[in-house]
Order: sequence, then structure tokens, then C-alpha cells
Amino acid sequence: MNLQFIVDGILTGSIIGLGAIGVTLTYSILRFSNFAHGELISWGAYAALAISGILGWLVGGSGDAIGPLSFGWNLIIAGLIAMLFTGALALVLDLILFRHLRKANAITVVMASFGASMALRSLLEFIFTSQPTYFNRELQISMRLGLGIRVTPDQLALVGLTGFLVLAMHLLLTRTQTGRAMRAVSENPALSRVVGIDVEMIVRVTWILGGALACASGVMVGILVQIRPYMGFDLLLPLFAAAILGGIGSVPGALIGGLIVGLAEAGAVPLIGAQWRAAVAFLLLLGVLLIRPTGLFGRRE
Amino acid sequence: MIPLLAQDKASIAGPEPLLRVSDLRAGYEPGIPIVNGATITVAPSEIVVVLGPNGAGKSTLIKAIAGLVPIHSGSVHLDGEDITHLPAHLMVRRGLAFVPQTENVFTLMSVEDNLLVAGGILPAATKSARIEEVYGFFPDLARQRRLLAGRLSGGQRQMLAAARALMVSPKVLMLDEPSAGLSPKLVELVFSRLADIRREGVTIVLVEQNARAALAIADRAYVLVEGRNRYEGIARDLWDDPVVAELYLGGAHRGRPTADAP
Amino acid sequence: MPELFGSGLFDYATFFLTTALSYSIICLGLNLQWGQTGLFNVGVAGFVAIGAYTSAILTTPATSAHLGGYDLPIIVGWLGAMIIAGAVSGLVGWVTLRLRSDYLAITTFGIAVTLQLLALNAQPLTGGPFGIGFIPGAFESLTESPLLHNLANLAVVVAVVTILYVALERLVRSPWGRVLRAIREDEKAATSLGKSPSSYRLQAFVLGGAIMGLGGAVQAHFVGFISPDNYQSSLTFQVWTMLIIGGSGNNRGAIFGGVLIWAIWSASGMAISALFPPEEQARAAALQIVAIGIMLSLVLLMRPRGVFGERLAVSRHLD
Repeated sequence: MNLQFIVDGILTGSIIGLGAIGVTLTYSILRFSNFAHGELISWGAYAALAISGILGWLVGGSGDAIGPLSFGWNLIIAGLIAMLFTGALALVLDLILFRHLRKANAITVVMASFGASMALRSLLEFIFTSQPTYFNRELQISMRLGLGIRVTPDQLALVGLTGFLVLAMHLLLTRTQTGRAMRAVSENPALSRVVGIDVEMIVRVTWILGGALACASGVMVGILVQIRPYMGFDLLLPLFAAAILGGIGSVPGALIGGLIVGLAEAGAVPLIGAQWRAAVAFLLLLGVLLIRPTGLFGRRE
Repeated sequence: MIPLLAQDKASIAGPEPLLRVSDLRAGYEPGIPIVNGATITVAPSEIVVVLGPNGAGKSTLIKAIAGLVPIHSGSVHLDGEDITHLPAHLMVRRGLAFVPQTENVFTLMSVEDNLLVAGGILPAATKSARIEEVYGFFPDLARQRRLLAGRLSGGQRQMLAAARALMVSPKVLMLDEPSAGLSPKLVELVFSRLADIRREGVTIVLVEQNARAALAIADRAYVLVEGRNRYEGIARDLWDDPVVAELYLGGAHRGRPTADAP
Repeated sequence: MPELFGSGLFDYATFFLTTALSYSIICLGLNLQWGQTGLFNVGVAGFVAIGAYTSAILTTPATSAHLGGYDLPIIVGWLGAMIIAGAVSGLVGWVTLRLRSDYLAITTFGIAVTLQLLALNAQPLTGGPFGIGFIPGAFESLTESPLLHNLANLAVVVAVVTILYVALERLVRSPWGRVLRAIREDEKAATSLGKSPSSYRLQAFVLGGAIMGLGGAVQAHFVGFISPDNYQSSLTFQVWTMLIIGGSGNNRGAIFGGVLIWAIWSASGMAISALFPPEEQARAAALQIVAIGIMLSLVLLMRPRGVFGERLAVSRHLD
């Protein structure tokens, strides 16, 4: 059997996992499923594209790639700035739209997020057109890893990046005051206030983190595949499936859920064809909801 | 026993009570006050208990002081400062700590994390010193510091909730029915702990259904009926007053309360 | 007189109204699910697609391009559409209604995505990206007179909407409707009376889904041609906007919302064609969606009950 799908699965899984962490955080702390999360991924990628273009224009040329990678400092710096931008975008969305609706009715917020997602996606289409674009059009040479598996340097670097980001998130949540406060708010916002936690600030931090992680996810897709307005939206179903599979509220769960979804999708492609890929996530979702709705690491409601 | 950090008693000299609640009206709905004109004063290092029948508004009163229930009119002053409309999460900074009746610990976090998150407003060095002090006061918790709070027994949870509140070295510690759901032996333990805490200089305000246990350690007591003050006085006098006892304190008791009440 | 009737404007008006009212049918279905029962269906497009494709497959003549050849009468197609759409709703509802309402939203979203995928790829069944054509209209024999054709179609749609409206209004005031309202207001009390909230919710969901399927079928037979492109999330978005702005919880609001939003959509579409050069029209169409999205957000912020609506329904599932 060709094991190449494992590489594809881990990469897709990493992308989904990073996005799913944002979804699960938003859900556990803000208590709603944010349908606009996919757009944070897309906006993150386009922001990195635009910023790297500006940086390139400022510096004169897009800069050299680092070693065997297809990108260099230009994209790395652009990516970091884009993460801040996307975090800010998420925060702005909350300030102008979601926060006012939170007091009204929980479903209204979800509805607004669906509408916001359409508007954001269409705005990207308007600004950049629906033509796919790329950070870099050069082809990368893949290396043999043995067992019939080939990887490109980009792929290895990005898996490493995912691991780093997830570790950073885990340390944040378990070792820092902010992380503890986030866990507290996700369990009991009223008690959190009693204990002295500024819940509003934790909400803001959650949005910024979710946005930044989504941006990282988008940049990964941009480097490995392509950039187009629907890139985030097409990930939405796998994101939700991964978050629910891992257990809503659990960060390691979201990553593991993402890897499972990614591997399942990649594994199914040789069997049923690439066009059915999106259905795999849906079937996994149905399965989880039927068998164990709390997911792998979720708490009983 | 390692003493808790000393309270800054110098600021509390003179006749101004540490906590002063004046003619408070409060309730969840704007037009419907559950607390309907309550006035309470608490002097430093006192234990004051608020009693009353079910639905009298005792719980709502204490939650309103803590900033969890909207205050319609009246005022709350802590150490001379007006905290009437202060947001709930700023109360601990001013020295007012609250232990709710239920859901008063984070069950999904460890004992240690529960204490650490409550100590968030303290600088790092103070926080680690403080947590050791608190563990000193509650050795059972120290032994279980890695355990998830959800795994603790009912009595231990109450201890953790109190320990958590003490992390910020509060001037005033407020508790909502700390005896609720506990066996008589545990109630005795909890109340003797509260007496110990008071001996360290912390002022305590309790809302209680279990009048006997509360009056045993309290200095003064208020009785709240239908949202406003009905009786107040020295704990002992209230205990002795047959009318009050019959109507509001369950009646079935005899004799004076002692520090180690049965 | 003949000049007026023969004028392009009148033609366009009937065409417009027929299309708008077909959306109103879908809105009525959504209103039953959301407005009356508080269920959040983010996959409306999927159920509309089920109805459209079912009816198309049942009524089109035999062809090698897709499953079909049953050549059944249109009314059979429409009934089939309702039944299949209702059945799929039942399946989805049975899995998710007992869970939190967010999960219903996510699952219905997944259903719509998967169904669109199915429509696109299961070519022997659905004709794939080429879709299904030659769907018989209600009054084929009248095609020589486009005016009468349009009017006849309009009459059919108006009849369907009227029948639905009357039936739904009756339903709302019936004992069944009262139980539904009771469940919405106070689930515990309703349960104590022996009524099972989840089974009532499921019934409402199935019925709403069936109506959406009918809307899809009506649209399919009116236009004569369907393809997977018609059933993307933008359709779900349009219908939700129609219901929210028209007034959820209110059947008049559903009908009115359909017409109003379709009017805005068509008008802005015409403005785009007039103002933008052909190569820019796709981008301008995107701007149209942004504008509608902003409009929806503003309505949610400032007047969530829309034009005709009562206060928004609350789903008791939410923790």
C-alpha cells in the first residue's frame, strides 16, 4: 500500500488542527460556534500575501528563500504581522457585531457569524477576485524518506511549525495566569468574576489567539496548496468535525481531531476519489454525534 | 500554625465600620427588588451572620454586595470606599472575597490551579509565598494539590473554596451558606475553621440557614425578613430571644450556644 | 391594453413575482423550523436541492445523462420532493435534535455541503455538473403565448403559497401548534404534561424540510433546468436573510421577506449589470453579497424581529 497518504494526512491534519483549536477555544469560552472562523483563515492568508508584497516592494525584490524552503524572511515576517492583523480582525468582528448579540439570544450570534462569513468571503472575492493565487509559484523538489514516502522541505517545516504552535498553546493554557484564567472562564464565567478574573479581557484574548492561529493555518494552506477566497470556507466542515471529535473545549483534542480528520480524508482519497474528500469529514462528524457526542476529551454536559 | 499575612488594621481605626451596607435595594429584575431596604454594618475582625427564613433575600443581599446582582438603590462601603457599583471582578482587589454556595470551585482544574488562578492579582513572589501559607492553614488540601477539584469530597470543596478566597488576603470574607449540604460533623469542622480564620484577623460575613452553628461562632447577627432588617443584636441575645428563635431559628433548641456547640 | 400586457415590464413583473414567491415557499418552511420551533438549520440549500432533484428525476424523460425516465406527472414529482426532503430531515433531526442547537447548525451545514458534493459528482444520478434539464413546466402546451405561460406559472405558485399559508396558519392555531409554542416557552412544563418535546420538534423539522423540498421542486419546474451551482450556501444565506428581515415567527413575514429581499437582490443585480463592465461583474456580484450581509447584521443588531415578526424564538436546547 502506498503510504504517501500519511504525509498528506498529517499536513492536512495540522492545518485543520490549528483552525480547530481556534474553534474550540471560541466555543468553550464564548459559547458559540463561529461560522466565520473559516474566513479568518482566508483573510490570514491574503493578509500575509498582501503584506509580503508590500515588504517586497519596500525592500526591493521578494527576498531570498531560506535554504531548501520555498519562502524566506519576507514571508515569515509577513506571516507574523498577518497573525496580529487577523487577531485584530477577529477582535473587531466581536466588538462591532458579536458582543452586542451575545446578550440577546445565543442562536442569533451563530446566525450573525454565518452572515458575517458570507460578507467576509465575498469581500475577499471583490478585492482579490476568485482566481487562485500563490505565495510562490516555483515547484519544490521532494525528498525521499523511505517506505515510499516523499516530503518537501516546506512540508517538514510546516509540520514542525504546527508542533511548535500547539506546544506553545498548551504551555500557555497550563502554565500561565492567562491560560488558567481562560480555563476558568470556559468552565464557569460567574465564578471567574468572583475570583477576580476580568472576563471581558479573557474574551478579547481568546479572539486574538483564535485569529492568529487561523492565520497560521491559512498561511500553511497558501504555502502548500494555493490561496483563494473559498479556502477557509471549504475547511469549515472539517474544522467543526475535528473540534467536536476532539471534544469541545479541549486544545489537544482539537489537534488530535484534526489529525484524525486529515488522515481519514487522505486515506479515503485513493479509495473513493479526491472529489469525495469533503464528505469524509461529514461522515466522521455524524459518527461522533451518534456514538459519543462529547468527543474524545470533551467533558460531559 | 503559620499565621496568615497580617491585615492592615491601621486603616480601620475609629468608628467607621469596615463594611457598611446602607438601605440596599437589589434584585435581578429592575422593578422587582428582592432585597428591600437592608442595612448591615460590620466592624473589623467581627463575625456577623445574616439569618432569616427562606426567600428572605439573604443570598441575594450577599451577592449584591459582591457585585453579582444589580443594586437598585442604597450603598455599600468597604473601609470607607464606595463599592456599590464596582464590577464583580474588581472586588478582590479592594479586599472583599466571596465564597458562593454552589459551584464555588473550578472542578476541571487542580487544587493548585484553583488557588493559583485566584492569586492572579498578586505579584509572582507574593503568590508563591501566599499559596504555601494557605496550604499551611489547610494541610489536607496541600496533600491533594494535584488532584482535580471535581474529585474532592463536599467538605474538602468547601475548604478549597475558602482557601481560594483567602489567597488574596481579604479584609472581608463573605460566605453564602457554607454549611449547605454538609453533615453535622463537617459543619462543625467548617465553622471551627472559620473561627480560626477570624482569629487571624479576617472579618467574616456569613449568610446561613443553620442558625445554631452560625450563632455559635458569631459576634453579632441580623435577621432578614422579606428583604429588610427585622432583628439585630449580639448573637447570644438573639439566641435567647424566644420569639425570634421560634419564628426564625427553627425553635428546637435549648440553652446557650457555646464555642464548641454540639 | 394589449400594449400594457405585452410589454416587457409586465412580463418581467410576473417572472419576478413567480421567482420571489418560490423563495417565499422555502421561507415558510424555514419559518416553521426556526420561527415556530427555534431550530437553526444552516443547510437550507441542501433540502431545497433534494426537492428539486427528486422532482426532476421523477418527471424528466429518459436520458443517458442521468437517472430518470419515469416521466411521471408534475404533481407526483412535487409530492416525491416533499417526501424525500422530509425523510432526510427526519434522519438529520433524529441524530441531532437531542443534542445542543449548535450541533444541529453544524450538521445541517454539513448535510448541505455533502449534498452539493453528491449533486456535483454522482453523475449517473444527478447529471453531475451539467445538471438536469428539460424539466417539464406546468403548462407546456401554452408556450406559444409567453404571456399566458408566465401568468399560468404565477397562478400556480400563488396557489401553492396561499394553500401553504392557510394550512400553516391553521397549524399554528391548532392543538399541535399550541403544544409547539408551549415547548418553546417552557419546556419543563410541557414535558410534565406528557408531551415529548423532542418528538414535536422532530415533526416540525420534518414538515419544514418537506416544505423546503417543495420550494425547490417548484423552482425547478419553473426554470426548467437545475445544476449543483444553484444550491450553494449563498442560497441558504438568501433565505435566512429573507426570513429575518421579513420577520421570523410570522408566516406573513416569511412571504413578505421573500418578495422584499428578492426585489433588493434583483434590483442590485440589475444595477450591477448596468454599471459595471462585463469583466468586472463577478467582482461586483461579490459586493452585492457583502451589502446584503451588512444589511442582515444591521437588522440583527437593531431590529431582530424584522418587519412582521414577534420576538425571536429561543431554542431551549442551549445550555
